[in-house]
Amino acid sequence: MAPRDPAASIHQAPSSSFTDHLALHRPELLPSSRSLGPASNGSAGELAPQGTTIVSLTYAGGVLMAGDRRATMGNMIASRHIKKVFPADNYSVLGIAGTAGLALDMIRLFQVELEHYEKIEGTPMSLDGKSNRLAAMVRSNLPLALQGLAVVPLFAGFDTQRRTGRLFSYDVTGGRYEEYEHHSVGSGSVFARGALKKLWRPNLDEEDAVRVAVESLYDAADDDSATGGPDMVRRLWPVVYVVNSAGNREIPERELQELSRELISRRTAAGLEA
Amino acid sequence: MTQQFYVSPEQLMKDRADFARKGIARGRSVVVLTCREGIALVAENPSPSLHKLSEIYDRIGFAAVGKYNEFESLRQAGIRFADVRGYSYSRDDVSARGLASVYAQSLGSVFTTEGKPFEVELAVAEVGEDPYTDRLYRLNFDGSIADESNYTVMGGQAEIVNEALSRTWNQDADFGSAIRTAVQALSATRTANGSGDGQAPEPLGAGLLEVAVLDRDPLSTRGTVRAFRRINTVELDRLLSSAEGD
Repeated sequence: MAPRDPAASIHQAPSSSFTDHLALHRPELLPSSRSLGPASNGSAGELAPQGTTIVSLTYAGGVLMAGDRRATMGNMIASRHIKKVFPADNYSVLGIAGTAGLALDMIRLFQVELEHYEKIEGTPMSLDGKSNRLAAMVRSNLPLALQGLAVVPLFAGFDTQRRTGRLFSYDVTGGRYEEYEHHSVGSGSVFARGALKKLWRPNLDEEDAVRVAVESLYDAADDDSATGGPDMVRRLWPVVYVVNSAGNREIPERELQELSRELISRRTAAGLEA
Repeated sequence: MTQQFYVSPEQLMKDRADFARKGIARGRSVVVLTCREGIALVAENPSPSLHKLSEIYDRIGFAAVGKYNEFESLRQAGIRFADVRGYSYSRDDVSARGLASVYAQSLGSVFTTEGKPFEVELAVAEVGEDPYTDRLYRLNFDGSIADESNYTVMGGQAEIVNEALSRTWNQDADFGSAIRTAVQALSATRTANGSGDGQAPEPLGAGLLEVAVLDRDPLSTRGTVRAFRRINTVELDRLLSSAEGD
């Protein structure tokens, strides 16, 4: 037997990825390892709640992400309270449209993945690293996506090396695309994107950026039945996170309530089809 | 085939324990102590990047002395254990007790079955809602485990540091004074092995120390559930020099 080269075992050292560790030792815990069996023609999506519209935009010094609160199942509203935007770590946020159950699992796994790396390595992952890890996670969900259970994230964070807010979108194959200025995913995204194109301008301050996000979600809810607008009865407002050099911050409900009321009264005053 | 000499189990274990103790005695000491604001972890460690202190989970910290490669692999295994447990159950189901007993198992089995025992001592600390719910476990190279209260000292000259701490430790201290207390206790080893001419020991400077804390209420003070926070050299310098101003 040839003598073993001790250095050859370096690449077998445990990785600092939590997902890799699970895949090796506890594969049944990975969201993507669920199998639906062979029979399918892309119809599984009708059996599970779907999360809808997420918008994201850059502003002076950072980036913002906002999501509505509705999940639908076919033509039914499955939830009015669901949250689709979450902090991924201190300097990044993640919003997910698509099959709600898988999306929430993917968010949870991604959060642990980033924290795990940070603890093992003693340093946070770079923003490009984070966005690539997310791409790998989306890619591993491809078999389920082909059966109708697609999950499409939007990822935004503050790049502490380049000192700027950045924004990434994905497709179901794990394709990762850096977006500039603004982007939106989900069923209401076509309408939200139209609003963003008209309302976004360079160097928005944070307050105006929140206003633009809420307004574009309002436009999405106005025309897309799967997107929920501000709910005055239940006092439900969009979930909005901003990320800048100080880290993540969730915009408090009080501010969003005020913004939503002001927006609705402005549109009411403007006219019938405002 | 050559005949093997008979070695009694007592002798075998004693030899292994002596070997491990010698290895640990070469290292510098680490102090983990509870106080009003949480748990402070203070290590004599001149390296800015090879850590002896680490975050394991939300409220759980880790300190170690001994051989770096050995405690580093235990540290990583602990993080993997805690993250898998928190991910598959809930974040609340990860406890220092569970982690400490897993460490005890693996240290114990290495001590009895492997060719060479681990030359390490570990501390696993979990910060509670108040000082009475703080948990502090000390693990030995042979897998023995001790549930400590108030403070624990590990490493080369633990007795000297322990003795100094027993006189100065105070439960109501804030982080600043707890860290200063620990640094003074660690500095006490310097006269013992120095010239011994009765001079006051030169206190350890911030550059020779690695300090971290577990905040008691990180959610309201920092907006995160992660209690572990490293004290950087600049902040540590300020903390230590404020003692001289007193």
